[in-house]
Amino acid sequence: MKKNIILYSALLVFGLVAPFLFPAFKLQISFMWILVILALTWDVQGGQMGYNSFGNILFFGIGMYICAGVQIGMFFPLAEWTSSGGEKTFIHTPPQYFQGFFIGLILAGIVPAVVAATIGYGILGLRGHYFAICTLGLGIAAGEIAGGIELIGAGQGMTTPPWPKGIGDTELRSEFFYYLCFVLMVATFVFLRWAYQTRFGLVLNAIRDNEDKAEAMGIHTMRYKIIGWVVSAFFVGIAGGLMGNMVGYIEPTEIAFAGATYGVFMVLMAILGGKGTLWGPVIGAIIFHIFKEGFWIFFLGWQYVALGALIVIIVVFFPEGIMGWLREKYPEKFGEIIDEADRKAQVELK
Amino acid sequence: MSILEVNQVYKYFGGVKANEDISLTVEQGSIVGLIGPNGSGKTTLFNSIVGTHPIDKGSIKFDGREVSELPVPIVAKLGLLRTFQQTRIYGKLNCIENMLISNKSQEKGLLSVFSKIPPELTDKAETLLKFVGLYQKRKLRAGDLSFGQQKLLELAMALMNEPKMLLLDEPTAGINPTLINGIIDRLIKINKEFGITLLVIEHNMRVIMQLAQKIFCLAHGQMLAEGSPEQIKNDKRVIDAYLGAQ
Repeated sequence: MKKNIILYSALLVFGLVAPFLFPAFKLQISFMWILVILALTWDVQGGQMGYNSFGNILFFGIGMYICAGVQIGMFFPLAEWTSSGGEKTFIHTPPQYFQGFFIGLILAGIVPAVVAATIGYGILGLRGHYFAICTLGLGIAAGEIAGGIELIGAGQGMTTPPWPKGIGDTELRSEFFYYLCFVLMVATFVFLRWAYQTRFGLVLNAIRDNEDKAEAMGIHTMRYKIIGWVVSAFFVGIAGGLMGNMVGYIEPTEIAFAGATYGVFMVLMAILGGKGTLWGPVIGAIIFHIFKEGFWIFFLGWQYVALGALIVIIVVFFPEGIMGWLREKYPEKFGEIIDEADRKAQVELK
Repeated sequence: MSILEVNQVYKYFGGVKANEDISLTVEQGSIVGLIGPNGSGKTTLFNSIVGTHPIDKGSIKFDGREVSELPVPIVAKLGLLRTFQQTRIYGKLNCIENMLISNKSQEKGLLSVFSKIPPELTDKAETLLKFVGLYQKRKLRAGDLSFGQQKLLELAMALMNEPKMLLLDEPTAGINPTLINGIIDRLIKINKEFGITLLVIEHNMRVIMQLAQKIFCLAHGQMLAEGSPEQIKNDKRVIDAYLGAQ
């Protein structure tokens, strides 16, 4: 217990001072926290609940568009902004910028959560591969639909409001986003850590291991599945809202509903670290991000080949992920012990 | 007083007549056996009773309430629980967690989803695991237990839920002969001390004759015979159905 507190506070302190220790990597580390959020929230479905979802990217994109749309739409006509050059005509004052951003982020969490509840009610009855395929379709469809809506810039995409003039430089901007990402990551982690210790966590695991049995024991599994997805969508949506503003530009299929990149990354990161564990997705996301950036620097031109090779290595050698591998190797460290004292006591009784 | 009343139940799967005109009653507090050759419709009847699939005709009353149209979780909450022939446990959770999740939940409103697991539940779980003899393995993953132990765990999980009635689908199948006696003792104890009514599917005649006060025999989806173990043992139709007519 005491060891845990020391570990957690050390990590917390590291996260808080990181932008000053590595000023050149501020933005990179911010992206890393976003990836951690994606992996953690994917793991609610893919790891803890055993439902492989390729659709969580849907909430990422919705959050991104909602946040940007609210930021702009609150003060200026959105259609004129997204038609080319609008962002040059309309300029947010600092209070407008932060007000819009704040409300945008909240809605970026709530709207995807509502969408998740609605869609979940319809498709969470599907199981196994059927659910996976269905969610895959969702992500792709969303990208195509967003690419057809003029109001949000259609296939051209849209810009997010630029950092308001007169308050600090780009350094301050990246620090601002860094801490937002970090706080959101910590909030996601703390919330999930708590939730997994309640009945919610146990039921998700029960659904993963044997959903029929859980139902036969009187558990309304549907309710838990929907709430699980709502939780994921909420945090992913906010992460999307942040991401859109950090990048400064939203494109429907490459950034918002980027199924081929972030949509796949979130699965890989969770599997690499060990799905179905609390720390697995965190560790997986950090390692994955470091490798990925390394490939971009050292194997430019071959970066996707190197990334592909990494994925193959993950799946072949660590099918259960790093945490899963550790658990297999040292089961007693994870509390899997036979009570020898009790066994002796039983033998002596006889 | 009868706790379960199955009245003229029909269940067809396309052209297959899995259950035809099945009627049986189970008295509160009794142990009742259900036997019959493979494919005679015993498990189908179990599935119909707990609501896994809808029945085509007839009525099923549990505790005075019609349950034939209710979904599985609702029936389970009323206190009618079943175990499975192929054990179903949560393989990656340890035994204690398997037990905790089986406790009857007080689900009131959405926020109860995130309710804390009360510590006294762990004591209850440990007591029941002691009862079935799995206490020392309580921290192992349920999937790592042997088949027989998994059956015992499933039994303990059912008890954790505090049902009024348990439907047991072949509780001794695949268990070694010495352990079978242990299971019989425990089932009798469950019935006597916990006051749980039992309806047991069983192929092992020695077990069912020892256990049940009344036995129903199915064959080809129809009720073939019913009566005390003595009557069933000497019923020519039952002998024919099981061993083949001479």
